[in-house]
Amino acid sequence: MLLNWIASLLILAASFSLLINRDWRWNLAALALQYLGAFWLVLASWPIAASAAKLITGWMACAALGLTLANTKSDPAAEKTWQEGGLFRLFTAALASLVAFILAAQLSTRLGIALPIAWGGLLLMTTGLLLIGVTVRPLQVILGLLTLLAGFEIIYAAIETSELVAAAQAVITLGLALTGAYMFLAAAGEEQAS
Amino acid sequence: MNASILWIFLPMGAGTILLFLRNERWVAFVAGSLSALLALIAWLLPIENAYAIGNYAFKLSSTFEILGRRLILTANEQPMLTLIYGAAAFWFIASSSIGKAHRLIPLGLIVTGLLVASLAVEPFLYAALLIEVAVLLTTPLLLPPHQKPGRGLLRFITFQTLAMPLILFTGWLLRGIEADPGANALIRQAAILLGIGFVFLLAVIPFHTWIPLLGEESSPYLTGFVFWVFPTFALLFGAGFIDRYAWIRTAPQLPSILSAVGALMVAGGGLLAAIQNNLGRILGYAVLVETGFSLLALSLLEAQGIELFFLLFVPRLIAMGLLALGLETLKKDAAGLDFAQVRGLARPWPFAAASLLLAALSLAGLPALAGFPIRLAIWESLATVSLPATAWTLVGSLGLGIAALRAAAALVAAPAQAAWEARESWPERLFMSLGWLVLFGLGAFPQWMIPLLNRLPAIFEHLGH
Repeated sequence: MLLNWIASLLILAASFSLLINRDWRWNLAALALQYLGAFWLVLASWPIAASAAKLITGWMACAALGLTLANTKSDPAAEKTWQEGGLFRLFTAALASLVAFILAAQLSTRLGIALPIAWGGLLLMTTGLLLIGVTVRPLQVILGLLTLLAGFEIIYAAIETSELVAAAQAVITLGLALTGAYMFLAAAGEEQAS
Repeated sequence: MNASILWIFLPMGAGTILLFLRNERWVAFVAGSLSALLALIAWLLPIENAYAIGNYAFKLSSTFEILGRRLILTANEQPMLTLIYGAAAFWFIASSSIGKAHRLIPLGLIVTGLLVASLAVEPFLYAALLIEVAVLLTTPLLLPPHQKPGRGLLRFITFQTLAMPLILFTGWLLRGIEADPGANALIRQAAILLGIGFVFLLAVIPFHTWIPLLGEESSPYLTGFVFWVFPTFALLFGAGFIDRYAWIRTAPQLPSILSAVGALMVAGGGLLAAIQNNLGRILGYAVLVETGFSLLALSLLEAQGIELFFLLFVPRLIAMGLLALGLETLKKDAAGLDFAQVRGLARPWPFAAASLLLAALSLAGLPALAGFPIRLAIWESLATVSLPATAWTLVGSLGLGIAALRAAAALVAAPAQAAWEARESWPERLFMSLGWLVLFGLGAFPQWMIPLLNRLPAIFEHLGH
């Protein structure tokens, strides 16, 4: 139980970092951390092999995005971390974690799962929705979708243990990362061409 | 031999191999022939029957086990497979005439295979996962390698991805409802989640914004394929829900909800199309109108409603294909598809301009064209249920008609001294002329679709029976 809370706090830290930072390196580090937390929370419902598959898939997604971004021109907005709306993002991150906690209490009763697991899952889902909602930058959108799905997978793991679903979710996580990587390459191609 | 291998894995494998074939014509020939062959086999050879070719005897079995779950394609799905692969053959063969075969076909085949798998997978809710994988695969199809991703593409991926968790979670609630059919709170929650999921999946207003944006920023032909394939499968998936779950099918609110959403999409799509100044965006809004008509047909629920739901598929395919082909051809000579950029292009590109106009008018429901008989039947049936909904759908169709006429006005606005010529290639002229013939043919003789139509509703166990 204590380890679940630690994993949820890890996710909380990763969510704050994802929402506040605009540097892709920090963002990907937070994403990797978030998958570690998700792995631990999924472990409560799934065997270690299946949970580890989620962790590895998540980290592969981070690697695919990181390698692509490292080899393309860096995002001009990447360095402007605190100057633009940093306080606002901090506030929304705090609000999201609070909302997730309130909803988690109901969800844990409903699904019969531990509170930290429900909180961790909902926290990632709200963070993902916030990321998608507050930006139109491709990196943030892809990170938002990956975060949202990671949160959903934590909660869904408690109610569904199908191998086909696990495989499809892994394909979708990797597919989203590769989609993002393709978008960054295409954008870099246009910049080089112009 | 297994039906899933034939109609799911074979096209996906062929698509993967075709990724490495560079010749446009060969790619189109192989994919077009394969799709046509798969359509023919689906029409002629019933699943679960035994066949012999010389000394080789085999049975076309329906069930395929994969990772503890099953893909099931029965004889009931075969008319739908005929339609899907026949349509794919149409899109693939015509793509070679405009040089889009290599961009469209390999991924198009894989996406088609995945979406067919979404019809076959058991439990059927897992279709949401397969649709999501198909959505992700369309990114390279819609985004060329040297272009920044536009807002339309990002929203397309976002909205379709948001639908998946909602639908999967509904599945869990549905199991609870099956165990306790009287659990009203559970039913309400499942209905809300399912409704929101399908609002995203079907691009219902106000979550439709990716459609016109994508129509504006991507290749019209490739977008046209995406606009045809995803709403079609999403509608089948949605109708599948209504068919499988008695609590949805028998809900007294269902017809009015479907009718209201359908009327909103037809009226909203049509009126918004009428005020656009970009042909790609008009294509997008026409898709909304089409989805709206399908929802209206579903709202009728009785046997006739399901017939109309399926009847819409073929004219939509022809009209959207022709519209996309015309737009792609015009785009060769224009920097974009704004009215200002295509002004006067009807003179050098008369086949493309005529195709565009005829297709848009067919989608608007102009008499004598393929879209008209089905719209007339929907209006007639709908008028007996809800006059306001009928009036709004008429307004929407009128809006789409106005959009078509405004587009035509821009296309013919050439200087008086500009000469008429036909810059389209012979294959383009051939495909467009065939499209016109089919549009007029189906408009005059809608009964031509009856052999297919009679068998299509078999895909549903309860709807239309």
